[in-house]
Amino acid sequence: MNAVDIRGVNQRYGSMTVLHELELRLGQGEVLGLFGHNGAGKTTSMKLILGLLAPSEGEVWVLGRAPNDPDVRRQLGYLPENVTFYPQLSGRETLRHFARLKGAPTKQVGELLEQVGLAHAADRRVKTYSKGMRQRLGLAQALLGEPRLLLLDEPTVGLDPIATQELYLVIDRLRQRGASIILCSHVLPGVEAHINRAAILARGRLQAVGSLASLRREAGLPARIRASGLQCSKLWLERWRAAGYCVRALGNTGVEVNVPDGLKLELLRQLLGEANPGDIEIQQPSLEDLYRYYMERAGDVRAEEGRA
Amino acid sequence: MNPIWHIARKELSDGLRNRWLLAISVLFALLAVGIAWFGAAASGQLGFTSIPATIASLASLATFLMPLIALLLAYDAIVGEDEGGTLMLLLTYPLGRGQILLGKFLGHGLILALATLIGFGGAMLAIAVLVKDIQLGLLLWAFGRFMLSSTLLGWVFLALAYVLSSKAGEKSTAAGLALGVWFLFVLVFDLALLALLVLSEGRLSPELLPWLLLLNPTDVYRLINLSGFEGGGSAMGVLSLGSDLPLPGAALWLCLLLWAGASLLLAYRVFKRRSV
Repeated sequence: MNAVDIRGVNQRYGSMTVLHELELRLGQGEVLGLFGHNGAGKTTSMKLILGLLAPSEGEVWVLGRAPNDPDVRRQLGYLPENVTFYPQLSGRETLRHFARLKGAPTKQVGELLEQVGLAHAADRRVKTYSKGMRQRLGLAQALLGEPRLLLLDEPTVGLDPIATQELYLVIDRLRQRGASIILCSHVLPGVEAHINRAAILARGRLQAVGSLASLRREAGLPARIRASGLQCSKLWLERWRAAGYCVRALGNTGVEVNVPDGLKLELLRQLLGEANPGDIEIQQPSLEDLYRYYMERAGDVRAEEGRA
Repeated sequence: MNPIWHIARKELSDGLRNRWLLAISVLFALLAVGIAWFGAAASGQLGFTSIPATIASLASLATFLMPLIALLLAYDAIVGEDEGGTLMLLLTYPLGRGQILLGKFLGHGLILALATLIGFGGAMLAIAVLVKDIQLGLLLWAFGRFMLSSTLLGWVFLALAYVLSSKAGEKSTAAGLALGVWFLFVLVFDLALLALLVLSEGRLSPELLPWLLLLNPTDVYRLINLSGFEGGGSAMGVLSLGSDLPLPGAALWLCLLLWAGASLLLAYRVFKRRSV
């Protein structure tokens, strides 16, 4: 049984179609990053999974049931993008209220406040919280009742780098426990290591979905190799340029070359065997590069459609 | 425990925390005591006059106040949660929209009921203790009926506030609409009815007119409180129509209950159609 199963969903608001033929699956214990520009359909997809919207066409299954089933909702945690909570309640009171509504044991409240680093501010009113603190309270709220499925909408907004790192640790821990997670966001630096698969959404269509390795293969983006401390960098520059690579010089002794994925090892072998470099740096295409690639491709498709 | 009660509990504790309950109770108590002792000042008397006169004055005041307080208490119930982002969150919890609405109604309704009981009940106690030769039975009966009907009137306007709150996209819109509803039922309706009476010059069927009073919950409330006293000929304005109404007192109560139930049902239907 998949944690989330979206089959052939079209979603329309009036005459506007915001999702086209969406097919998306999330396995048990899997972490999926859902990326896209503003208005790409991320929030609509989340609302479908949360049962806040019924699909115009197609089917949505969550934990093997309809998304608005109360049993599903007890096992689901959701961190909304913008939530101010109740300003007059303290953090602890807020969590207690939500724990009662979810049917989660209230003794969890203290542990969760500790876990997200809000224990020191637990009895202060939420009105006095910073954006990052509210975000962490939201996360604690989402973790109530040990959910099997977590939906996190822009979880790192307002978090400083350390808190972001802590958030990723929490995600890793939950994954080990077997929870399935959807992380919905613009592309985030550093998120690569914490997701199993990425789904890229643009203009209501799923552009790509898969592990980072498979997306890299599919996109065929070059890796970037930088070598420094070369004795005869000019020679290498010309040799690679002649071979058709995209090359540029870095100072007097350095070279940067973009090589397609398949030829990377061969080039490295050459470099190590013959050039005796002082240092080598290899940059794989990052999630951000992939994102940009698919976004641009989506834009081109759109432009062609417009021309036709 | 039931999620309805959890929602209600939060509203109730909010009411205690922001001192709504205290403020309304004190306001009611002061007004009731003031009217009981100084209500007859205009006719040159000071001190407690009679139970029917006191109740009549209290009821005409509560006609203005109770709807206003109820609307103020509840106008942001739905739209306020929506603006804070908590409505969407609540809807992902294992509870339905009907439960959210009922929980709010229960919480707010309890606040109004408690404030009425504390405020007017306190005034009743003061009268019972301080006024000599008072008929305790009559006092209890009259005040009990007054407090119960006032609470019911408050509930009607709570439910109406939820309709507005479910409909409005912004809090300020809901506040404006709430004032409009207050204006309509408390002031405009009776004026319009009087105008209709005068303009029709008697051509309107005299059997029909009293029934029109039932279309306004505040008029039903006033009819409940003005009737029931021996020789209750003190009705003024459109309410004198009420004496022509071929209805027993119980029907008026039923009518007020119906108003609350129907408004709540309407609120549910509007809330159900609200997208988050």
